[in-house]
Amino acid sequence: MENTKTRKPASPRLPTESPFLRITDLTKMFGAFTALHEISLEIYDGEFVCFLGPSGCGKTTLLRAIAGLDIQTSGTVEQGGKDVSALPPSERDFGIVFQSYALFPNMTVRKNIAYGLENRKTARSEIKSRVSELLELVGLPEQADKYPAQLSGGQQQRVALARALATSPGLLLLDEPLSALDAKVRAYLRHEIRALQERLGVTTIMVTHDQEEALTMADRIVVMNDGFIEQIGSPMEIYREPATSFVADFIGTMNFVPGVVESAESVKVGKIILQCDLDESLDSGEVTVAIRPEDIEVQEASRGANQGNNVVEVSVEEVEFLGSFVRADFASDSIGNVRLRADLSINLVRRLDIVEGSTISVALPRERIRVYAKNG
Amino acid sequence: MQMSTPAAATVPISAVRIKPKASRDDWHMRAFMLVIGLYLLVALAFPLYAMLSKSFQNHDGDFIGLANYLEYFGTPALTYSINNSIFVAVITTGITVTLAFVLAYALTRSCMPLKGFFKSVAMVPILVPSLLPGIALVYLFGRQGMIPELLFGHDIYGPIGIVIAEVFFTLPHAMIIIITALSIADSRLYESAIALRASKPRIFFTVTLPGARYGLISAAFVVFTLTITDFGAPKVIGGDFNVLATDIYKQVIGQQNFEMGAVVSVVLLIPAAVAFFVDRVVQKKQVALLSARAVPLQPNPNRRFDSIMLGYACLVSLFILGMLAVCQYAALVKFYPYDLSLGLKNYQFDLMDGGGWESYFNSIRMATYTALFGTIVVFVGAYMVEKGRGFRLGRGFFQLLAMMPMAVPGLVLGLAYIFFFNAPNNPLNFIYGTMAILVISTITHFYTVSHLTAVTALKQMDAEFEAVSSSLKQPFYKVFSRVTVPVCLPAIFDIGIYLFVNAMTTVSAVVFLYGPDTTLASVAVLNMDDAGDIAPAAAMGMMIFYTAAGVRILHYIVSAYIERRTQKWRMR
Repeated sequence: MENTKTRKPASPRLPTESPFLRITDLTKMFGAFTALHEISLEIYDGEFVCFLGPSGCGKTTLLRAIAGLDIQTSGTVEQGGKDVSALPPSERDFGIVFQSYALFPNMTVRKNIAYGLENRKTARSEIKSRVSELLELVGLPEQADKYPAQLSGGQQQRVALARALATSPGLLLLDEPLSALDAKVRAYLRHEIRALQERLGVTTIMVTHDQEEALTMADRIVVMNDGFIEQIGSPMEIYREPATSFVADFIGTMNFVPGVVESAESVKVGKIILQCDLDESLDSGEVTVAIRPEDIEVQEASRGANQGNNVVEVSVEEVEFLGSFVRADFASDSIGNVRLRADLSINLVRRLDIVEGSTISVALPRERIRVYAKNG
Repeated sequence: MQMSTPAAATVPISAVRIKPKASRDDWHMRAFMLVIGLYLLVALAFPLYAMLSKSFQNHDGDFIGLANYLEYFGTPALTYSINNSIFVAVITTGITVTLAFVLAYALTRSCMPLKGFFKSVAMVPILVPSLLPGIALVYLFGRQGMIPELLFGHDIYGPIGIVIAEVFFTLPHAMIIIITALSIADSRLYESAIALRASKPRIFFTVTLPGARYGLISAAFVVFTLTITDFGAPKVIGGDFNVLATDIYKQVIGQQNFEMGAVVSVVLLIPAAVAFFVDRVVQKKQVALLSARAVPLQPNPNRRFDSIMLGYACLVSLFILGMLAVCQYAALVKFYPYDLSLGLKNYQFDLMDGGGWESYFNSIRMATYTALFGTIVVFVGAYMVEKGRGFRLGRGFFQLLAMMPMAVPGLVLGLAYIFFFNAPNNPLNFIYGTMAILVISTITHFYTVSHLTAVTALKQMDAEFEAVSSSLKQPFYKVFSRVTVPVCLPAIFDIGIYLFVNAMTTVSAVVFLYGPDTTLASVAVLNMDDAGDIAPAAAMGMMIFYTAAGVRILHYIVSAYIERRTQKWRMR
């Protein structure tokens, strides 16, 4: 597939200079279990990168290796041009926010934030003004003298962020920072953290299992699975052009249909042949054909259907009303024993009177179809 | 940008392994752990080794293989004690666990009044030396006792006396464990059982007992170990009924036969160690039973059931307080049974054997040092094991050493200290007979429970405090002193009080180690009783009780104060 070969950083903020963080062939073993397999990755100055994947995929392990908390078995980590592979956390340059926040319970918010500023030959007045500045930055100036237990989850999260940023680290690491919060606070803080990061320009890595979080916050997403990187790309790339069937399945919803390669530009699915762009490596054999629900186009006779271009006649098996749109399940003898799921606008459903049992024609646009090796 | 795909899965063997560089903090922590590990080696492992090798030597220190053991097992008078010890321990275990279970059941599952009072009373035996119940029994059922008729002609000196004294002594230990097991019950299980129309007895046998089974097993092993290793009760009330613990004492103190003492110690070490390891396995399972989503069971009032439980709790309290009252009465009576007028004559300890009042103040000094240094050593050691980075082998070894003292009976430890520290070529020989060796042996003897308390408290701390601190370039001792210690303060006090009380009441390890200037109150009880001064022995025993109880109350007040001061940040 062309997209995996010619991946270019999409974000305009990416400079062409050497990366701020370079990870090369990083492997982490726990006994006989390999948690990370030769991970290589580059992160640029000022970038916001998300490590995204299901639990157990190695994303937190990778973050902890970058921090020096659980040092990798082999492979190197370079930060700012310096090899930090073997250094303990105290000799690296980063701030970190954990899922639990790890706020010191017996210290007030102010003392928590000031913790990293002490013992640095900094004047007391200077520490005080820096803490006030940070409290302002995270929007908690009135909470300075409260204890963590007296704050809401979202407030605790922001205190942890302020504490991590207090020493102006070159790298900010966020380990599932939002997962302990309820949905509304989470949505709000997503925006807050991103705005703060852009304002400070600090290179940031965030670990998350929440695809929505990654899609809305990151410049680039590193999708991980079973200790491997599946794909690296901008949110748009990851969603539009998933490099593997894992990514396609993990991010958003995807229809998967088994097929067989027919020619260099087509696959056979059930009894029909679909035109599509095939990767050179997929020259023959069984494949998995994928298309997103919103990319399935219902054909309207009045609007001049593009006959012949991957059009399939299907029966509507189920219609599910989801508020702003309708999710419909289609079945067709010609594509075999699978259902296709499509997202349709309310208008369309009304106009064409699509109900369970009706028969319609749908097109599967060639440029929206993705084909993966069967076990890819 | 590179991509690793599953196709490139294999890890090259040639890849250079990263050897993590230890930070200054890491070195400091390892140094601390090494020092405390070294302490445990010197205070535990080396003496035990010295004792073990002594059991294979003759008087002149020549290696004679198993000859001592052959002699031991060829002497029926000695081996009979094995049966006696096991017999007494098994009977005590059965009685104590049953009594403790019903009491714990009353405290957790009934709505009887005064639960706090009954629980406190049941804890009282922890505050007295195990010699004291024996003394009370002498006054109650002895030849000139108050109510010997109740024994229907049986002799209190012997297994009967030992079992009653041991039940008194072990009850609180069993009760605590069973209360814990009963209070983790999930009320939803009971609701389901009721919804399925199970009868009350059926619920008891299908829900309650299985839920508490690990607690019961654990309690049984603890009681068994405490009884078989206890020396105080059989010494006072055992009469001619020999058990392993008294045999060690007699071989060493009576006959100066150290080699045979070592052999009996090894024999005693076996059941204690087995019971300990089985208990560890069982306790791990108990933890696995805990479900975070369990709904705690709230007992419902039931007039009849609550009255029965109240009556039972009163009986148990009467037993415990009665024993103490008898001792206190005996201490105040001028000359039992001939002159029953009251006075303080028996408190003139300076006129008796055992070291006089000085031994009481020595005990307080010893307990204070033990609490102070012991708490520091234990907590710092536990912190280094729990929060250290890397150095896995060293940490595992330390953990093993910290768990060992639990399996070593006090008498065995004391004897081992004689062999190790009294050896003329030992550079540490100078601490023999001083306060230092008493403090060291007591800290070591009670190390395991203190260590586990510290580890439990540390495990409840957020695992990332150290990571956050080091990411902020702060040394570990800052997070230790400013976060760990303040947050763990209640547990630290618990360790201190545990060490203090046990140092006040213990007899077993120190009985071999005190010197003319370092006599102790608990040993004075033993020696005065030995010399026939039973009333002064009771008086001294009660002094120990009042001191321990006073410190407990002080601890309670201080804890309440700390809780009030820190409730702002402790609230959850």
